[in-house]
Amino acid sequence: MVGICSYGAYIPRYRLNRKTIYQAMGWMNPGNAAHAKGEKAVANVDEDSVTMAVAASLNALCGIGRSQLDGVYFASTTMPYKERLNAGIVAGALALDSDVRSSDFSGGLKAGTTALLTAIEGLEAGRLSKVMVTACDTRLGKPASPQEMIFGDAAAAFVVGNENVIAEFKGSYSITHDFADHYRGQFSKFDRQWEDRWIRDLGFEQFIPEVVGGLLKKYGLKMDQFSDVIYDCHYGAARKKLNKLLDIPEGRDHGNFQMEIGHSGAAQSLLMLADALDKAQPGDKILVVSFGSGCDALYFEATEKILGRATQKSVAQCLAEKMLLDNYNKYLVWRDIMPVEVGMRSEEDLWTRWSALWRSRKMVFGLCGSRCTQCGMVQLPPQRICVNPQCGAVDQTEDYLFSDKLGRIASFTGDMLAASLNPPAISGQVDFEGGGKMMFDFIDCDLDSLSVGNPVSMSFRRKYFDQKRDISGYFWKAVPLMEGK
Amino acid sequence: MATGIKDKVAILGMGCSRFGERWESFSEDLAVESFIECLVDAGIGKEEIQAAYVGTNFDEVNLGKSAVPLAVALKLPYIPVTRLENYCATATEALRAACYSVAAGVYDIVLALGVEKLKDTGYGGLPGGAARGIKAHMTWANMSAPGMFAQLATAYSAKWGLPMDKIKDAIAHVSAKSHANGAMNPKAHLRKVVTEEQIKAAPMVAYPLGLYDCCGVSDGSACAIVTTPDIAKALKPNQNIVKIKALSVSASSGEEAIANTWDGSHFTTTRIAATRAYQEAGIVDPREELGMCEVHDCFSITEMVTMEDLHISPKGGAYDDIMSGFYDLDGDLPCQVDGGLKCFGHPIGASGLRMVYAMYEQLLERVPEERKVKNARLGLTHNLGGMPHQNVAAISIVGLD
Repeated sequence: MVGICSYGAYIPRYRLNRKTIYQAMGWMNPGNAAHAKGEKAVANVDEDSVTMAVAASLNALCGIGRSQLDGVYFASTTMPYKERLNAGIVAGALALDSDVRSSDFSGGLKAGTTALLTAIEGLEAGRLSKVMVTACDTRLGKPASPQEMIFGDAAAAFVVGNENVIAEFKGSYSITHDFADHYRGQFSKFDRQWEDRWIRDLGFEQFIPEVVGGLLKKYGLKMDQFSDVIYDCHYGAARKKLNKLLDIPEGRDHGNFQMEIGHSGAAQSLLMLADALDKAQPGDKILVVSFGSGCDALYFEATEKILGRATQKSVAQCLAEKMLLDNYNKYLVWRDIMPVEVGMRSEEDLWTRWSALWRSRKMVFGLCGSRCTQCGMVQLPPQRICVNPQCGAVDQTEDYLFSDKLGRIASFTGDMLAASLNPPAISGQVDFEGGGKMMFDFIDCDLDSLSVGNPVSMSFRRKYFDQKRDISGYFWKAVPLMEGK
Repeated sequence: MATGIKDKVAILGMGCSRFGERWESFSEDLAVESFIECLVDAGIGKEEIQAAYVGTNFDEVNLGKSAVPLAVALKLPYIPVTRLENYCATATEALRAACYSVAAGVYDIVLALGVEKLKDTGYGGLPGGAARGIKAHMTWANMSAPGMFAQLATAYSAKWGLPMDKIKDAIAHVSAKSHANGAMNPKAHLRKVVTEEQIKAAPMVAYPLGLYDCCGVSDGSACAIVTTPDIAKALKPNQNIVKIKALSVSASSGEEAIANTWDGSHFTTTRIAATRAYQEAGIVDPREELGMCEVHDCFSITEMVTMEDLHISPKGGAYDDIMSGFYDLDGDLPCQVDGGLKCFGHPIGASGLRMVYAMYEQLLERVPEERKVKNARLGLTHNLGGMPHQNVAAISIVGLD
């Protein structure tokens, strides 16, 4: 049996109320009033598609040994690198062994489901045994565009395998259309789209029935056999029409989180699938349909094992852990849309020394420290000579992962002098449960809410962006736990 | 068997430039200023100097690499000139090297000079990233100097259960005292009396440190010419001789930053360096025996915890000593008698020697009445270079015969 073994979602903590956007930019495009409802999820200033895919993957990894994975597939249309495998960065952050298959899936928004299908086919062929599939997008609309309102940032991840399957893969049907409803050329920062009426009437209302009909016919299924139907379409009116057209029974259209998150691009259908799995019962059939340069329709059936599902956080929990970003200008600055004076301190030219980064890859990407095999003391960064003054053993170490450990705040500050796009730059000393400690940036928190002793978890984030050389540099930061307060 | 430095070296002369935003001066100009004062004080010609140790920290915005630019600026005649750098302990390290070379009997007369030109960066505070190295760029948290030291306060508050508003009271008194002392000093950078209320109301730089909790970022130079006590007495038969009683340095072993044994509320290195310095100087009870001190008040909270780490205030008890005026100019153990880093200023590579200069002018009673420390006997200087979790502490103790 091949299918989904575990899964996880990630929704960035910040949400921007669409009314806030409309208040700032409605003067330019009053028609956007139609979209000015609900919230969009907004990546923090140090988040991008890679970091959020890592967060979702860590959520999905829950309970599964990293060494079992033999593949990482990453889908996104907003990857930080064109050349340099983005899935390779994800694999590094997941501290996977080097003997894994990895690939980036991009181009159209159906890349997420295509990555999932490709992984499943690798399993079916017996070439792979356990693959992490993750999708994330952080697409940008220009200020005052409908896309700015409609898009949201989110990620989802699935471990697919052939043991302990909680949702069996039953079949799929795909179509491909070079239908340029939305596109970005190789130099574009912002999404461009053709007329809504054309996208709606010709795109969604024809392609979704085409792919769903194809799947039903191929497997001899009827729509009412599905307990949960996920399909990508953010047009509210079109959804109503499609629900009728597809004969989706009342209450079985899973919806799209348009009011809570926004359209999350290549992650959209997969995020909805994660939410569906949160609620599925054994025997439930789930239909998942993506949209973008064509469609993939995938069909899963929940097994008995779904009752033992283990995710660190459900989609509902991810949604609940939010902070309101009540400042549209801050959003513009975080997305590098509006230039801002960060101060000359920020202009210091610091090179990324790729050879040094390669040497430090376990530490920087995996947050891997060392454990002294003589005295047992764990140490971060890894040390060749044991720091324990009673030990001092030389080169008697083994790898020790910190990225999955909780820590406690030992000291902290909010630094107004340090150059930051989200001042004050909050940082502090973290004491890890089980030993080890280090100074980290603290993110997704307010200074006022911090106390010594608060619990934190680790999050893979962009540490810097070198504008001159187009380099996103990554490291781990500490996120104060919301439930720990 | 090593016997330490006590009474083996004497200070023949000292010099200190005016500290401040010296827009008109390069490092070389500042060095010339302190050097000429020092030569006059020593009463010798520069050809009598046999070796020199030069300290400067931010070579990126300063002299550049090596000691050669300084040798050229001072026109030192082909003698050995060596550059030293050890964060904020840089100048004390220059003094230590000079003293040790004299004590070893290698040279008779040696120059130690510290200089720093910080006000060519174009922005406030110290220069950042590049000086911290490649690994820091990849993995260090985004912290400025105030951000690093501010964390002493949150950790201290948690450890001793001292509420932050009481810490704010104490560190406001620390800064107010230094402003009062610095205001009287014509060579000091910041010469304004500031009230504790003004200090507490200042804009936040790094919680809980406000603007007045941070020392001045200054340009300046200070230097000393050291020799043997015999030569000093021979050259200056009619004057008191200031002698080195102790020179002590302790650098972090990695334990504070990496092991879980340090709680972030104090300086392990300062505690160790202080214990060693008292041993070397033969001091049993520093609280009773020391007459004055200049400690590393880069930030007010640093001074507060340092007074405990120097084994002067009881651990967790600096608040009472500070608030009772124990460290004020008219208190039992005056601290930052010239204004400290806070107000005299903090040109990194010069500060250690500036502190010794403050002790030296008090011991020789060269300061006006209003600035005078009663019964100045033994003076302690203390530098803390780096950051609380990874640093170097340097202590010197100087005194009269």
